[in-house]
Amino acid sequence: MSDLFAARLQMAISLGFHIVFAAVGIAMPFFMAASHWLWIKSDNKSYLNLTKSWSKGVAIFFATGAVSGTVLSFELGLLWPKFMKHAGAIIGMPFSWEGTAFFLEAIALGVFLYGWDKIPKKIHWLSGLCVGVSGVLSGLFVVCANAWMNTPCGFDWVNGEAININPWAAMFNPASLVQGVHMTIAAFAATGFAVAGVHALGVLRNPLSEFHKKALKIALIVGSVASIIQPLQGDRLAKTVAVRQPEKLAAMESLFTTSKPAPLLIGGFPSEVDKTVKFGFHVPKLLSFLANGDFSSEVKGLDAFPRDTWPPIFPTHLSFQLMVAIGTFLALIGVISIYAVVKRRSWLYNKKFLKLVVACTPLGFIALEAGWVVTEVGRQPWIIYEIMRTKDAVSPMPGLFYSMIVVTSIYGFLTFIVSWLMMRQFRHAD
Amino acid sequence: MLINLVVAFLGISLLLYCLFAGADFGGGMLESFLGEKRTEDQKRIIGNAIAPVWEANHVWIILAIVILFNGFPNAYSEISILFHIPILIMLVGIILRGCAFTFRHYDAIRGRSQVYYSAIFIFSSYLAPLMLGIIAGALFLGRIPLNPTSFSDIYIFPWFNWFSLAVGVFTCALFSFLAAVYLVGETNDVELKTIFSKKARIGNLVAVISGGLVFLSAEGLGLSLVQIFLKNGITMACLAAATMALFPLWISLKKKQIWTSRMLASSQVAFILVGWFAAQFPVIMTRGNSSLTIYNSAAPEPTLRYLLLALISGVLLIFPALFYLLRVFKKSALS
Repeated sequence: MSDLFAARLQMAISLGFHIVFAAVGIAMPFFMAASHWLWIKSDNKSYLNLTKSWSKGVAIFFATGAVSGTVLSFELGLLWPKFMKHAGAIIGMPFSWEGTAFFLEAIALGVFLYGWDKIPKKIHWLSGLCVGVSGVLSGLFVVCANAWMNTPCGFDWVNGEAININPWAAMFNPASLVQGVHMTIAAFAATGFAVAGVHALGVLRNPLSEFHKKALKIALIVGSVASIIQPLQGDRLAKTVAVRQPEKLAAMESLFTTSKPAPLLIGGFPSEVDKTVKFGFHVPKLLSFLANGDFSSEVKGLDAFPRDTWPPIFPTHLSFQLMVAIGTFLALIGVISIYAVVKRRSWLYNKKFLKLVVACTPLGFIALEAGWVVTEVGRQPWIIYEIMRTKDAVSPMPGLFYSMIVVTSIYGFLTFIVSWLMMRQFRHAD
Repeated sequence: MLINLVVAFLGISLLLYCLFAGADFGGGMLESFLGEKRTEDQKRIIGNAIAPVWEANHVWIILAIVILFNGFPNAYSEISILFHIPILIMLVGIILRGCAFTFRHYDAIRGRSQVYYSAIFIFSSYLAPLMLGIIAGALFLGRIPLNPTSFSDIYIFPWFNWFSLAVGVFTCALFSFLAAVYLVGETNDVELKTIFSKKARIGNLVAVISGGLVFLSAEGLGLSLVQIFLKNGITMACLAAATMALFPLWISLKKKQIWTSRMLASSQVAFILVGWFAAQFPVIMTRGNSSLTIYNSAAPEPTLRYLLLALISGVLLIFPALFYLLRVFKKSALS
């Protein structure tokens, strides 16, 4: 295994691990605050139990997310020192803001978790809300930095050096907002369905449990609303990718030849060698419409770009298909759920429906990971789009393979322990 | 001026990390010296003292690293390449400590798993500060060959030597000593107060001895710390102040004067750190004949201005919140 590949794998594993905890850290505090609010308003004991139980989940996920985030802040240098040498000065600012937001999040969480009976109720509730708000802000700031790698700006690149640096312009690059919003909604959708799934299982096992029923309703509403908005927002994001990173869109769609109009490919396995797609299903003209809002417009295919700037087609395409398929499915479940909550309450606790929700537990997170594969693998071979190649950024230290093994085994071990702990929490809460 | 201000923030972040997060690591290390008497009570007090604050305390290192890569990207890049291995080991320590502590605290079922959490918690509480000290020592030593002949010449020996190791041990001793001093004030039980106060005095003694080892090991590598320190007025003053604080510290610990000993102990650590910064200033790292300084590795001016703005506004938000957190919990710990 080459050092470059080992470094990419280590980064992918670290990000893939961290993103789950970060997403839960963004969304879950709001669930906790909602239930806390309902307890203050209604004085119903199940809401109190629910708040406390969810706050334990938040604590475990937050701690793991905090340390895995620390690892990432070092890994940027350990693996990509030549990238950070240039990018640090340009895109460091959102990280310093993220540091502040994260600091406030950690403080607010400390106050919330250990403040029961120690501080006034209203302040206590507010501290819980602060955890969520700072979590969302942290996420947005970090995504700004990632968006900059896709649409770099705020500097001039002259002879391999960045000059005329404008950190403000770099932070608010064209992709920041669309990408940040997409990620935030994804966090709510994925966490909402995951939490709903766990509690749907609780209702199935113990149909009389007020605790699980109340939890299911809160999580399902949040997850559903987020899942219904997400396809619309995703469409906006895809339209900007079509303009700013056309080869990424071509890889997502496995569009090998420039077409006017271009069909939308559903499913299929692309081959970079033959430049063909097997088993795919084409919807005429739809890609032209989705990318440019015009059924007869031209969409650039991979043939419009030099061969050495193509992203890896197979993983990009497959991840994109997976993300879209899951997103569409969850949006559908979302519509049914909202209808059930508003009009047909009995559907919510119907066994078949509950089983369906249980089956959805991991889906949001699978889509979220797939989405990040699309962003990151789809940007290759660049680490900074059209400025610096990933292979030129990697650490010169030989033997990165061993670093990768160390990090992978620790994260594998932690994934196992956290899942096991969640199972214990769940059984205990029952 | 701009650069010095940003460096001041970096130094303060590192200092606060040592004073607060350092003590959290120290608490973990002390768990391996509980002795015979009232071990469960001691463990409970250590756990309660760390739990609400460790995550907030931990953020200081993130802040420091962000200031480094935003403000001094060249230095961040070089340090990351050369000290890849010790940084990675430190990260392993940081991950395992945080996770083991949280899992121990929140596991819904208390059983045999607690033993494993504790073992990992203690082990990693040693590992992270040891590596932190080793990296600091290696930066100070700065013996990185320009023309390395082998992998270990450049990626191992610059940090794997007696001097760096001594600084690592010294760091561990300082952190556990700090923790013991802080812990005296975390309980109202006279017997437990006595236990922690005794640990604090032993910890202080170990810190003094390992501090001596730092000097000795440096001599062994042909580096005279005494000469370097004598040339630098600030370092000398800091060293003198830290030494002079020893005597009143022992008395206040004996008398269990909580805040006096806390102040004396943390200012001792602060003096040591400031003394080290002053001795090294403005060099971050030496390689061959050339030095990476805060001036030649700094980011361009616009970056530093925005960074400083972010830091000042951040501090205005963070400090009141942090103060509130500490006030709520450090007051109620005694009731």
